Amino acid sequence: MTTVPVVRIRNALVAAMQEDIEDRSALELADRLANEVAANGASMVLLDVSAAQVVDSFISRVIVDIARVCRLLGAQVTVVGMRPAVAITLVELGLTLDGVRTALTIDDAMTALEDGAGADAWRV
Amino acid sequence: MVPAASRIVLSTIEKSVGSPVQESQEQLVPQTQIRALMAEVLAQRRRQVLEAWVTRGGTIAGNGAAEDLQRDGAAVLSALGTALSGRNGRLDLAPVSRLLSDFSARRTRSGDRPEQTAGLVLALREAVLTELAGTGDPDDRFDAAREAARIVDELALGSFDSFLSGREEVISEQGAQLLELSTPVVRVWDRVVAAPLVGTLDSARAQVVMESLLQAISDDRALVAILDITGVPTVDTLVAQHLLKTVAATRLMGADCIVSGIAPQTAQTMVQLGIDLSEVTTRASLADALALAIARVAAHTDRSIRP
Repeated sequence: MTTVPVVRIRNALVAAMQEDIEDRSALELADRLANEVAANGASMVLLDVSAAQVVDSFISRVIVDIARVCRLLGAQVTVVGMRPAVAITLVELGLTLDGVRTALTIDDAMTALEDGAGADAWRV
Repeated sequence: MVPAASRIVLSTIEKSVGSPVQESQEQLVPQTQIRALMAEVLAQRRRQVLEAWVTRGGTIAGNGAAEDLQRDGAAVLSALGTALSGRNGRLDLAPVSRLLSDFSARRTRSGDRPEQTAGLVLALREAVLTELAGTGDPDDRFDAAREAARIVDELALGSFDSFLSGREEVISEQGAQLLELSTPVVRVWDRVVAAPLVGTLDSARAQVVMESLLQAISDDRALVAILDITGVPTVDTLVAQHLLKTVAATRLMGADCIVSGIAPQTAQTMVQLGIDLSEVTTRASLADALALAIARVAAHTDRSIRP
């Protein structure tokens, strides 16, 4: 099983998912992120899926779960850099990652989250 | 690309070509002998046959038909000769058919009508019959003429078929071009892309729009994507579903999507149909949507340059 690397940048945790995410490594990542946020605190968790060629229903459910768990622990989760093809597939499957923030790049995600004003703030 | 219907036609041709053994049992003179006679005529009098063919063909179709025949006819005749003198008694017209198909396709592109293309091939019958008239003994001549007519008819059918598939190719190419032309995605501001949709939005087009919009978001690092439906005449439940899918996909990519250009009439229809776009940011005009998008990008940039 390959472990997903998690890097801490100040108060953000960045997890870079590989090309082909195994179910077990996704579950292990969820565990590790929850523990890390609970133990050392973090205000944002960024899931970088830009390398992922395939995101199936299981992985997308794990992502939604990670978002819910981390929010309970006080961190905002953002999915970063999804490929067009992956986005189309997820939409066709009806998996729209409700309740999870999204951003094009890690930079954008950090900008949007820094003062707590997410993408929702501008919606009138 | 050969459409299904014409594939059936082709296979029936091959079948009828591939069953000479059964037919030969009914005839007094073995078919191989007739074919040998025809091959002989073709070999000895090829120049005359070609000449007659070109003369007749030139009157049927203009626009360089005679020159085309002069150039390609010789190859066709020699292929036909080879097919006729086939040793194992099988008549394999496929090579001749291929040559004629190419020829017909070229003629189609130069603007020939279907009857002209078929007529060019059928002109070969007259040319061959004229040459057959002066050879062999009278009994064989009738059988040979019949066989020649049958072969040319098959070839003409094949060339008509390739005329059709040539036309269909042109049509499908134009369809694809139209699809690309009608779904442009333009970068209208720094980190803002817009897709002005014109015409009816069916599943195929919706798919193309979604793909090109997402690709543009990825390429231009867009923060906001605007879907302008001013040019879409009707928005029914299916179109609304396509719009919602596109909006969801843009969100997954990390960009925001604004749907603009909903006409008052369209808005009323959508409400009556019970289409729920409450999850989607909408604006009446493209100008309003662009203003919102620029404000969004500005807010984002302000945050990112703050120390």
